Amino acid sequence: MLEASGLTKTFGGLTAVENASLRVPPGAIVGLIGPNGAGKTTLFAMLSGFLKPDAGRVVFRGRDVTGLPPHEICRLGMARTFQIVQPFGAQTVRENVAVGAHLRHRGRAEALARAERVARQVGLGDELDKLAMNLTIAGRKRLELARALATGPALLLLDEVLAGLNPQEITEVIPVIRAIAAGQDGAAGVTVLMIEHVMQAVMNLAERVYVLANGRIIADGAPADITSNRAVIEAYLGQGTAERLRRAQGAVRI
Amino acid sequence: MRELAAIAVFALAVAAVPAFVTSGYALNVVIMTLYAALLGQAWNILGGFGGQFSFGHAVFFGTGAYAMAVLQVKFGWNAWAALPAALALGGAMGALIGALSFRYGLRGSYFALVTLAFAEVFRILANTFDFTGAGVGLMVPLAATAARMQFASPAGYLYLILGFVVAGFVVSWWLKHSRYGAWLQAVRDNEESAAALGVDVFGVKLRAIVISGVLMAAGGAFYVQYLHYIDPHIAYGLGASVEALLAPIVGGMGTVWGPLLGAALLHALGETTRNLMGDAPGINLAAYGVVLVLMVSFMPRGVMGLFQARGAARGSTHA
Amino acid sequence: MLEPSILLASALNGLTTGAVYALIALGLTLIYGVLHIINFAHGAALMVALYGVYYLHQRLGLDPYVSLPIMVPAMFAAGYALQRLVIGRASHGKEENVLLVTLGIAIVLENLALFLFKSDTQTIDTPYTFSTMNILGATISVPKVVAFAGALVVAGLLLLLVGRTDLGRAIRAIAKERQGARLVGIDVDHVFAMSFGIGLACLGAAACFLLPAYYVNPQVGNGFVLIAFTIVVLGGMGSFLGALLGGLIIGLVESIGGLWLGESLGQIGIFLIFIAVLLFRPQGLFGARA
Repeated sequence: MLEASGLTKTFGGLTAVENASLRVPPGAIVGLIGPNGAGKTTLFAMLSGFLKPDAGRVVFRGRDVTGLPPHEICRLGMARTFQIVQPFGAQTVRENVAVGAHLRHRGRAEALARAERVARQVGLGDELDKLAMNLTIAGRKRLELARALATGPALLLLDEVLAGLNPQEITEVIPVIRAIAAGQDGAAGVTVLMIEHVMQAVMNLAERVYVLANGRIIADGAPADITSNRAVIEAYLGQGTAERLRRAQGAVRI
Repeated sequence: MRELAAIAVFALAVAAVPAFVTSGYALNVVIMTLYAALLGQAWNILGGFGGQFSFGHAVFFGTGAYAMAVLQVKFGWNAWAALPAALALGGAMGALIGALSFRYGLRGSYFALVTLAFAEVFRILANTFDFTGAGVGLMVPLAATAARMQFASPAGYLYLILGFVVAGFVVSWWLKHSRYGAWLQAVRDNEESAAALGVDVFGVKLRAIVISGVLMAAGGAFYVQYLHYIDPHIAYGLGASVEALLAPIVGGMGTVWGPLLGAALLHALGETTRNLMGDAPGINLAAYGVVLVLMVSFMPRGVMGLFQARGAARGSTHA
Repeated sequence: MLEPSILLASALNGLTTGAVYALIALGLTLIYGVLHIINFAHGAALMVALYGVYYLHQRLGLDPYVSLPIMVPAMFAAGYALQRLVIGRASHGKEENVLLVTLGIAIVLENLALFLFKSDTQTIDTPYTFSTMNILGATISVPKVVAFAGALVVAGLLLLLVGRTDLGRAIRAIAKERQGARLVGIDVDHVFAMSFGIGLACLGAAACFLLPAYYVNPQVGNGFVLIAFTIVVLGGMGSFLGALLGGLIIGLVESIGGLWLGESLGQIGIFLIFIAVLLFRPQGLFGARA
């Protein structure tokens, strides 16, 4: 479905992503994890056309999409969400989602109908006529998901859709993502690449996980293998988990 | 559909006015209000629906006006033939300015300033070349016959401007109910999100400025036919630009009825200050300036915002 | 026609005008750098200052240069109040709103002036209005030379103020990092109003230097507003040195362009520079690439 190779991006003298490669097979849920500032969002931006890579190639459904503008990549079937949600605040949930639906539906009525179906699918059925700016954080995250889904993508890039949600909300959204990937209501399944901080969710959902640290892919594999990977543990625990643990428990050495 | 019906009712009601009102003064007030509404509708497409605030809409107005005048006076064209050319030139001017400023990512205040600078450039050009009558301006010879888009009675002009305004209404309605309109408003609210949803941000903005330019050029064309005269200051000065943005800001940006409502309220205000203060120069416009500051400060959604606020409150109680 | 002596005179003339432009642009760029707002009423405020100088001369017989200690604080106070009471409240955090509000203020000021002072163009007579001096063989009017020197002195004082004082430090802190400045306890609203006040105070000084060699009417500000914007974008939004150099450059372009193309077309050069810089080099000639 998606194959990125050798992606590199520097800002000024700072290398945000260096020689990153990853593969997302059709029908899979693939996770992309890594500590804060590892370059995950930059990598996403290169995949979805928001940033031009300095080097490397992105091949999507057999087509080289490197450097195409975002809207064209979206038209080819790759949709993304943003970590910092960016709703069309002055418009209702239905209108927000309809913008995505219009990609494949010219008519206003069809787009609105499709928007309604998608919104229900992600659990926004009761808030269709609310203004987007009046949604809770959890609601806005669902809205991001719904808008991207409404474009009828083959591949969905999810940038921390679970961040900022409480455990209850997280357990509600996980099955939604699973259902999107599996396909429902006669719709084909959608391949998913997700950046996620909530480890439990990644382990639960993804069949394959890439780990990005300091701009490089340092490991990839099945979730179970990743959690026992030494480089990964160091990348993570060096960054703050250890700090938190030490503060919480006195002096625990790992 | 209800809104289309409302537009039709409005058009019929205005069309019936000359049957009941014969006072030239009153008809002129109606005509000038519609004219201000037309300029407002033009600005509203780009500014209200598209979120791109232009401070130089006079560049389209002036281009329409000069095209109309130059083609008639210097080339001997019939006004009805000159009109499509004037509209096309207004659109072309929109394409030129839009292509340059949107390609290079000008937004917000920068876009406002660049449109203003374009208007100034054309004002100076019009002031310089004999072709446009230079500083003296151009006079369109009187020939009160419909065959030359001039009318012996104000009713003719009323129908002409009403036709343009109804076209503006239909475009606004279409923006509210079409895919293109949804894309344009998405771009207004968040360009990045819109691009992520497959919206060609540049193309959408470009189309908006072209449509806006055509409608604004219609305003300029009407001005020339109605008042038979144009000069660089009227055509490309700040006045037309301000008149265009004032009505939608007062009435409600991004709404179908906002520009007309705003134009009507501003005219009422203008008449009131004139009655109170006499015909002193400046006092009218000073009042408009005060209204502009007050509206942006206290009612950023315009007068239409009052109606919508009620609607939204109703919506949220049963949600 | 372009003999060296004419060219030289024209260049010197351009530089003197440019210095006054720079002074006007310095106020604008300070306001932009700190508040991130584009003060569309800058030209109208200059017009008000010019009328101030004019009436101090007509009614009290004050020489324009003697009016400096009156006009500078008066314009400062007006700017402080305007930002505190009107502009600051209207923005709702959107830059377009500020632009619209300052446009509204410009319309009000210009038309009130039209109402109060009529549209007539006014000039003042001073003993030195028509005196000239000779520089490098070119004849140039004394008020213009004074304006040049005065503008540079005021610009230097402004740079000192921003560079060396506590207020200047607060201004720079806010220009760089607004939230951070708020967090360390800087009264941001006060500094905003101070910056706006200083920005208009520059206009007070500019008006005193300008009027002896210039004129005033209600529309006089319009001519300056786009020129000042051009200088500010040319020099890089928020850059003082850029505004200073930009002002001199624009003065030269206008004067020498006018020599070639005639006065009216010469102005086009300025606007074309403005458009080109905004499109192709929005960080300005002297700004670093973002």
